[in-house]
Amino acid sequence: MSVFEELRSVRSSKTTGKRDNKAAFFFLLPWLLGVVLITAGPMIASLWISLTNYNLIQSPQFIGVQNYIRMFQDPRLLNSLRVTFEYVFVSVPIQLIVALAAAMLLDRGMRALPFYRSVFYLPSLLGSSVAVAILWRQIFGQGGLVNQLLGLVGLHNLPGWISDPQFALGTIILLNIWTFGAPMIIFLAGLRQVPEMYYEAASIDGAGRWMRFLRITLPMLSPIIFFNIILQLIGAFQSFTQAFIVSGGTGGPSDSTMFYSLYLYQQGFNQFDMGYASAMAWLLFIIIAIITAVTFVTSKYWVFYDN
Amino acid sequence: MTTDTATRALLVPAKRRGRESSRGLRRPVRSVVKHVIMIALAIVMIYPLLWMVVSSLRPNDEIFTNPSIIPDHFDWSNYTAGWNALASPFGLYLGNSVIIVIGAILGNLFACSLAAYAFARLEFRFKRVAFTIMLLTIMLPFQVTLVPQYIMFSWVHMLNTFWPLILPKVLGTDSFFIFLMVQFIRAIPRELDEAARIDGCGHPRIFFRVILPLMTPALATTTIFTFIWMWNEFFGPIVYLTQPHTWTVQVALGQFIDNQTGGNWGALFAMSVVSLVPVFIAFLVGQRFLIRGIATTGIK
Repeated sequence: MSVFEELRSVRSSKTTGKRDNKAAFFFLLPWLLGVVLITAGPMIASLWISLTNYNLIQSPQFIGVQNYIRMFQDPRLLNSLRVTFEYVFVSVPIQLIVALAAAMLLDRGMRALPFYRSVFYLPSLLGSSVAVAILWRQIFGQGGLVNQLLGLVGLHNLPGWISDPQFALGTIILLNIWTFGAPMIIFLAGLRQVPEMYYEAASIDGAGRWMRFLRITLPMLSPIIFFNIILQLIGAFQSFTQAFIVSGGTGGPSDSTMFYSLYLYQQGFNQFDMGYASAMAWLLFIIIAIITAVTFVTSKYWVFYDN
Repeated sequence: MTTDTATRALLVPAKRRGRESSRGLRRPVRSVVKHVIMIALAIVMIYPLLWMVVSSLRPNDEIFTNPSIIPDHFDWSNYTAGWNALASPFGLYLGNSVIIVIGAILGNLFACSLAAYAFARLEFRFKRVAFTIMLLTIMLPFQVTLVPQYIMFSWVHMLNTFWPLILPKVLGTDSFFIFLMVQFIRAIPRELDEAARIDGCGHPRIFFRVILPLMTPALATTTIFTFIWMWNEFFGPIVYLTQPHTWTVQVALGQFIDNQTGGNWGALFAMSVVSLVPVFIAFLVGQRFLIRGIATTGIK
């Protein structure tokens, strides 16, 4: 059962049997401390800091909602939002479509499938590392691997993809798509859950491959598609390392890879403008919450629950 | 939704099922074609990685001229150059990463298993509220708590120590693993608890003697994911670890690429490969647990 189904069913679970308040308290003690000290406390604190001007050295000055107003007048911030949205809404759908296609391909019907699955899955484990980001910077550089390979087929005078504002973001989108292995594994697990008899019945009724995919596979997988969409959206909005390394921490060229998290990092930990960084974090939180909520609401219309 | 049988099925080759077409001679041909396509796709997928490994063993100038992945040199000089390219030998950064990763693993195993037992087996006041909070924190972007956490750790003089990276794990903030373990404990028959209870065991003993030994697969999954995630972690370390002797592997690599102006790609590649080796080994050793973990909770 996924996190979301779990959330849905939380309300309906009934308390039965005797209570062990004392034992539970001790078992939950580290987690409770964490919720207070590491999560809830800092969340409240960050809400307060977002209403101040604070550089870590002088004591915070209350300035009301000025940081929030400033955000909407900050062209670099608005640009970073645009970059992040473009990254999220281009790379996540493509990544999931590729993951689903790969899962269909690797589901059954040939030997050595576990081997192929492993190979396809590997990049998703390595993809978030600095090493892979460094590799990307070389591959898509002026004399990088991509241009070398394209040179072999006669294409010369190509741009340095990461140093061209038109293409830099595209290379990072490609990196994210390349890590489709994790959602692919979730899709594979989902495909295993589709009862074989549905396909058999459809075949008897004369449904072709494409029909079976549209009418059986897709609806049966829809809870998993939903789950993957939310996970990947949340992750993609917070994306940081790749843009940081590929652009050398600048978000360049001309702010074309200035992800929201990267701009937040610069404001907080290069400028030490903690108030502004906190306000930015809250805006990010609100954006993610709204998009998650919208996905949840629309799920009623397209997610199909078998039971 | 996704059960253990589903994940087990992922690990063994699927049985050939009825709807495959079997038309005599054409079948082997089709199968060969399929394999050729699959192998081609697999090579495309890992071409960049293979090329980096091969290039790290080539003389520096070939990195920008030789796109092939057929090994032709075995020149280890990039490795010695890279190992000593920064203020301290690279071994120091590897060591720092290892300490943080071990701390994080122990922290996660400790806090998450305790909390999971409470959520899966105990009835207590505010359980639903606590459980909902736990599920919701899985989705909380870490940036929201970042600034106050940073301020807090600077108050207690923990900047440039490993504590800001380890302590949150000891306090169970990786709720994903709590969720994973809750799922796992729920699948353990309650009769085992009951039997232990009749023998006079309290909850601590049931937890340590019955549940914990039975949930080793979930603990293994947690270990391996914590290992890979913490090893690759970059945002936390560059925020908290600014003094060179505290750098992790990832931060050191980030500094390495900043320091060099178009020069030593060979050495940079060599250390990049070194930084990927532990993850690759974890992948080989723990694939089973990785796949099970992903399939049951849908994590990356």
